[in-house]
Amino acid sequence: MSELQHKVIVGLEIHVQLCTKSKMFCGCAAEFGAEPNSRVCPVCLGMPGVLPVMNKQAFEYAVLVGLALNCRIAAFTKWDRKSYYYPDLPKNYQISQYDLPLSTNGYIEIPLESGRTKKVRITRAHLEEDAGKNLHTAGDFSQVDLNRTGTPLLEIVTEPDMSSGAEVRALAAELQRMVRFLGVSEADMQKGHMRFEPNINLVITKDGRQYKTPIVEIKNLNSFRALERSVDYEEQRQLDEFLETGEVMEMGNKTTRGWDDEREVTVLQREKEEAHDYRYFPEPDLVPVELTDAWLEEIRGRLCELPIKKQIRFVEQYKLSDYDAGVLTADRSTAEFFDEVVKAGGDPKRACNWVTQDGLRLAKERGCRVDELGISPQQVAELTNMIVMGDVSATAATAISDIMVTSPDLSARRIAEEHNLIQKSDADELEAIVDQVIAANPNAVEDVTSGGKKSKKARGFLLGQVMQKTRGQANPKVVSEILAKKLG
Amino acid sequence: MVTEELSARQLRDRIAAGQITSVEAAEAVFKRIEELEPVIGAYISTYHDRALETAADVDRRLIAGEPVGRLAGVPVAVKDNMCTTFGATTCASKILENFHAPYNATVVEKLLAADAVIVGKTNMDEFAMGSSTENSGLKQTVNPWDTTRVPGGSSGGSAAAVAARLCFAALGSDTGGSIRQPAGFCGVVGLKPTYGRVSRFGLVAYGSSLDQIGPVTRTVADSALMMNVIAGHDPADSTSVDEAAAPVCDYLEKLNEPLKKLKIAIVPEFGAGADEQVQKAMTEAIDVYKKLGAQIVEIDMPHLDYAIAAYYIIATAEASSNLARYDGVHYGHRSEKATDYVEVYSKSRAEAFGKEVKRRIMLGTYALSSGYYDAYYLKALKVRNLIRGDFTSAFEKCDCIMMPVSPTVAFKIGEKIDDPLQMYLSDIYTIAANLAGVPGISVPCGFDQNNLPIGLQILAPAFAEDKLLAIARMFEKETDWHTKMPAIIT
Repeated sequence: MSELQHKVIVGLEIHVQLCTKSKMFCGCAAEFGAEPNSRVCPVCLGMPGVLPVMNKQAFEYAVLVGLALNCRIAAFTKWDRKSYYYPDLPKNYQISQYDLPLSTNGYIEIPLESGRTKKVRITRAHLEEDAGKNLHTAGDFSQVDLNRTGTPLLEIVTEPDMSSGAEVRALAAELQRMVRFLGVSEADMQKGHMRFEPNINLVITKDGRQYKTPIVEIKNLNSFRALERSVDYEEQRQLDEFLETGEVMEMGNKTTRGWDDEREVTVLQREKEEAHDYRYFPEPDLVPVELTDAWLEEIRGRLCELPIKKQIRFVEQYKLSDYDAGVLTADRSTAEFFDEVVKAGGDPKRACNWVTQDGLRLAKERGCRVDELGISPQQVAELTNMIVMGDVSATAATAISDIMVTSPDLSARRIAEEHNLIQKSDADELEAIVDQVIAANPNAVEDVTSGGKKSKKARGFLLGQVMQKTRGQANPKVVSEILAKKLG
Repeated sequence: MVTEELSARQLRDRIAAGQITSVEAAEAVFKRIEELEPVIGAYISTYHDRALETAADVDRRLIAGEPVGRLAGVPVAVKDNMCTTFGATTCASKILENFHAPYNATVVEKLLAADAVIVGKTNMDEFAMGSSTENSGLKQTVNPWDTTRVPGGSSGGSAAAVAARLCFAALGSDTGGSIRQPAGFCGVVGLKPTYGRVSRFGLVAYGSSLDQIGPVTRTVADSALMMNVIAGHDPADSTSVDEAAAPVCDYLEKLNEPLKKLKIAIVPEFGAGADEQVQKAMTEAIDVYKKLGAQIVEIDMPHLDYAIAAYYIIATAEASSNLARYDGVHYGHRSEKATDYVEVYSKSRAEAFGKEVKRRIMLGTYALSSGYYDAYYLKALKVRNLIRGDFTSAFEKCDCIMMPVSPTVAFKIGEKIDDPLQMYLSDIYTIAANLAGVPGISVPCGFDQNNLPIGLQILAPAFAEDKLLAIARMFEKETDWHTKMPAIIT
């Protein structure tokens, strides 16, 4: 039997819809879910005689992403027309960027399952306008909804640097987190804000020789799951196909496949890559954009610490687990709130627990962000320190948090005091109570001291009795210590 | 009284002075349209009731002492490739025959704001592609000086309407000579402003980097008046020039400032191909300037010979893309024979586009195709830059350049229609200004032996329309060519 190894190679093309107020080249609202053809004007409808005017905000958002992707930002960038006929494209050309995209040669750092990170090179990122949607729901006719026509899209192209479905998914998720952090896209998959097109092939080593399988492009994936599964599926399919046919990559044998979400298979769409001729040429209706140093610096000033950097810092600086740091950095406001709590003197581990548990729970209940609860980072910091000091129990802290939301002016300590939630940690006071309990429960004491099977349970019983006598305010840790001292 | 001698400016002044009412002016124009339009065919549509309403409103406001605009009560015409919310905007094409625009072009808004009375929309070569208006998909326009001849094109309807007094002034558009050449053929004044001086928003695009709207008028002063209304930056047109960089001035005010030490350049090599009578009129025109003290310098513009070749690649490339939207899907003609969406495209376009439009779409598509792009489109852009350079160095040596508008006078209807190359060559003198983006004007400078008008073309540096108009006015003051009228109207 011959020796055979293979490696899957994946590059991604990603379209990210930018969340500008208006469309890329006209004043129409860029909204999702409106009545079909209600967010349109002569410009995005491609009426005779109209002219596009560039949305400056979209351009700045695109530059911001370019900077976050460590790209070279072009000082001079222009627009081109990409021609193709389709009913959802009213001008029958798309305004895009061809040979002078606004950003090139960058990279994105993505987290791997091992806890390490990997750099994936970014070939380019450029701006373009989105097309409308063809709806095939009206029997014999197709209908066209042009609300989406002209919304700003950022097309990001990576180098083929990924080597598993999991890595591709990690990149997609990292990019989603990044654009959300930057506030340039809602990146909502269900609304089609992010769409993926992976290019996949295998490098197969067989009998000391290398073979590359033909490249397959999978069109229009709009969930992380479909993205990962389709890559995994392709890996196996291409391997099987190679073993059967031995076909290798050559000019013109790239194919296009679609993803069947129900059957979880890829389906052939175009046999051979058609000789696409988009007849690109410079868009004469728009002037090139010159990005001055001052303008670029102004945009750079809007960059924030990127999520992956924050995540790594949280692990290193605050000794959080990678998982916890990941939960905190899923969203910018949460991560920043956590950072503020720690800066206000809060205990990092307790602060993380509070944010990811009480904080996110309350935020979810109220349909807001953690920083919008009305609870200040200072209050949370105080609360975490009270937990560390043993002044309140974890259960009490939750109760305090619930009260804090409705009484934002009160400090954590004041709430704890007013509601009798301060934990009794005074050893002398507790010792007296422990003595009473020991005296009243000789059987249990017997079980503990005999050290038999029942010992653990009996110890718990005695602890419970102390807690009951103190109406839950005793610090269980202190009580346990006293019990241990007295009963061994 | 509204006479045929009146210019737009004179009419405006008389209306303002209460000597003529705006309604009288409009009625006089419509009376002439009734008489002559069946022969001339200048208009695709006219708006009698709407025009009279506007005119009545102007009269009412004048009587009430309310402020009125700079063209208050003046009957004007608009080429049918500028969008209007009233009536159709057809571009003289069957594909847009019933297209009603949902918005007004910026220039139309400006005319309305200036209280002009819009009489109608004028005929043209389909999508402004042509030099004779014979390519109109909707009707034939004839030259008022000789109804067996073409009015020139593509703004032939506008030029014929002004020459036949079917309006007092008109707007045309000029991509390769489409204002200047018909103005020359019809014995009127035609100005193509600097690219970016007048908003293109609402002008149905042919060659976007070349198209420019401008006035067709009876006198140079009327062109200045029209420029005062239409020039200026438009936020809706990114290619319209920022007025901080190139201020718009009062073109009428500067009109009669004679230019001292005027230096006129001629390009002897380039003008040589014109007909003898055209050359003779040119020489005489130059002599007029000489007598006024102008100095004539001979210059060489080595790349002008390649202007037509470069133009027919750039313009058609842009056109192939600009006209892609007329596909029968969203508006305009849709074939009834289509059975799937690809056929909606192919059949609608095959049925409704004219021959010349199809020819240019094919030329442009070819020029942009992969494998040919560098050899055609890219090379044409290089030529365009060289031509721009020719103008830049020329204007270091002179204030303006003079040459004929066209190598011939108006030709016979049908004479060149089957010979596209001959037709293209009739734009030889006008195309370079579009490639370079500089302004050019055509002024009447004589007649040939058949009493057909000849035009003098003057080209000036970018955004020097004030100077260009003043230079043209110097000539007009010394000559009476602009006062001649075609026999058909007298």
